[in-house]
Amino acid sequence: MTDSHIVSSFDRDLADLNKLVARLGGLAEQQFAAAIDALENRDASSIDKIIAGDSELDQLEQDLNDRAIEVIATRAPMATDLRSILSAVKIASVLERVGDYAKNIAKRSHVIINEETNRSDTISLARIADIVQGMLRQALDAYATGNAEQAMEVWERDQEVDELYSSLHSDLLAVIANGAEQASVSSHFLFIAKNIERIGDHTTAVAEQVYFQVNGSMPADERPKVDVVSGPADSA
Amino acid sequence: MTDTENQNVKIKARDVTVHYGEARALHGIDLDLNANEVTALIGPSGCGKSTFLRCINRMNDVIDGCRVGGTVSIDEQNIYSDAVDVVELRARVGMVFQKPNPFPKSIYDNVAYGPRIHGMAQDRATLDEVVERSLKRAGLWEEVKDRLTASGTSLSGGQQQRLCIARAIAVNPAIVLMDEPCSALDPIATAVIEELMEELRRDYTIVIVTHSMQQAARISQRTAYFHLGDLVEHGQTEAIFTKPQNQQTEAYISGKIG
Repeated sequence: MTDSHIVSSFDRDLADLNKLVARLGGLAEQQFAAAIDALENRDASSIDKIIAGDSELDQLEQDLNDRAIEVIATRAPMATDLRSILSAVKIASVLERVGDYAKNIAKRSHVIINEETNRSDTISLARIADIVQGMLRQALDAYATGNAEQAMEVWERDQEVDELYSSLHSDLLAVIANGAEQASVSSHFLFIAKNIERIGDHTTAVAEQVYFQVNGSMPADERPKVDVVSGPADSA
Repeated sequence: MTDTENQNVKIKARDVTVHYGEARALHGIDLDLNANEVTALIGPSGCGKSTFLRCINRMNDVIDGCRVGGTVSIDEQNIYSDAVDVVELRARVGMVFQKPNPFPKSIYDNVAYGPRIHGMAQDRATLDEVVERSLKRAGLWEEVKDRLTASGTSLSGGQQQRLCIARAIAVNPAIVLMDEPCSALDPIATAVIEELMEELRRDYTIVIVTHSMQQAARISQRTAYFHLGDLVEHGQTEAIFTKPQNQQTEAYISGKIG
C-alpha cells in the first residue's frame, strides 16, 4: 500500500518503526561482516569492538518493541498496518539474535587467532559466510521495498547454506577424529560454522516475515532442508 | 456477495436497489446475513449502509420519494411482497437507533408498549413477566426494578439505550437492527451494550451499522463494507480486519486516503 494515512502522524510512526528495523539490520550486517573479517584476516584488533557493539543491537530491539507497543496502543492498527508492526517486532528479534551469533563468532575467532593456525577451513567458512551475508542483505532489501518475491529467493537460497554446512561439518569431524592437538581449534570452527548456518536460518525467518507482511499469510511450502547434521528436530 | 458455505442464512438480500427520488443510493446489493450472528455494516458516510439496514424492516417505506427494488427475504419470505403486514414485520425486526429515544412514559410502559399494541399479553401478570424478562435480557433489570414507574427519560444515556433494546426485544423479534447504537454513549456504557449484544445473538440475528471500526471488529462475526452504494467486500470479521481482499476496504479500515 502506497496510500498515506489521513492522520499523517500515523505514517510517521510506521516510518519510525521501519527506520529502527533498517538500523538494526545495518548493524547486524556490520557486526556479522566484522566478525568474519576478523577471522579471515586473523586480526584480533576489532574483536573487543564487535563484542561491545552487541549491546547497541539489544538496545535498538528494546527501543523498537517500546515504539511498537505505543503505536499499537495509540493507533489501533488494522490489516497491513497491523501486520507490518508485528513483522517489525519479529524481524527485530531475529536481527538481535544475528547479533548474538556475530558476537559468538568474534569470541571464538579470538581463540583461533591466538592459536595462530592457518587452516583451509577458514576458506570454507568464508564461503558460507559470504552466501549468508548476501542473503541477509537481500532479505533486508526485500523488507525495505516490501518485495515478497525477492524475500522468497532468500528463503530458497538457504538450501545451499545447509549443504555447505553439512559438508564442512563432516570435514571438521574428520580433523577432530584424526588429531587431538587440532581438536580444540576445530571445535571452535565447528561452532562458528553452526553460528553462520543459524544466521542463514534466521535470515529465512526475516524473509518469511516480509512475505507475511505483504500477503497476510506465511509461505505455503516447507522450506527445503538438507541439514543432515542436525536431523529433523532442528528446523528453523 | 453471497456466502454459499453457510447454511444458516436468516436474511437474504438480492439485487437490492434504493432510489431517493432520482438519486440511486444502493446499486443492487446481494448479501446473506446469518442467524445468531452479529453482522456489522461499515463504510464512509453516504455509502448506503444505513439505507440497507432500513430495507430489512421496510423503514424506507416511510421516507418520501424512496423506492426499493430487488428482494429482501427473511426465512425465505420476501418482505416486500404484498402479503406482508408491515406492522407485524416491524415487530419481527426490531430497531435501535443512534440516539436513545425512550417514550416519555414510565420505564415499565416503555417496555410494555409493544406487547400491548400487538396483543401479546392477556393480563397484567403476563405483561409484568414480559417486562421483567425483557429488562433482564437487556441487562437493565437490576438497575431499575425498584423504580419501574419512573420516567424512561430519567435514566442515563446508556441505560436509556438498554431500555430501547428491552423495548425492541419485548415483542420477541427474530432480528434486531441497530443504527450506531453506541455513538452517543461513553466507553463504559458502550462496553455494556457490546457485552449485551454478545448475549443477545444467542436468540436473535443482529445487524449493526457502526462508524467505529474497533466496535465492528470487537462485536461482529461478519463485516460488510459498503462504498458509494455498492457492497465492496463481505466476510468473516477477523479476515476483513487482518487481510481484506479489496484495496478500498484496506484503505477504509486503515484510515488511508483511498
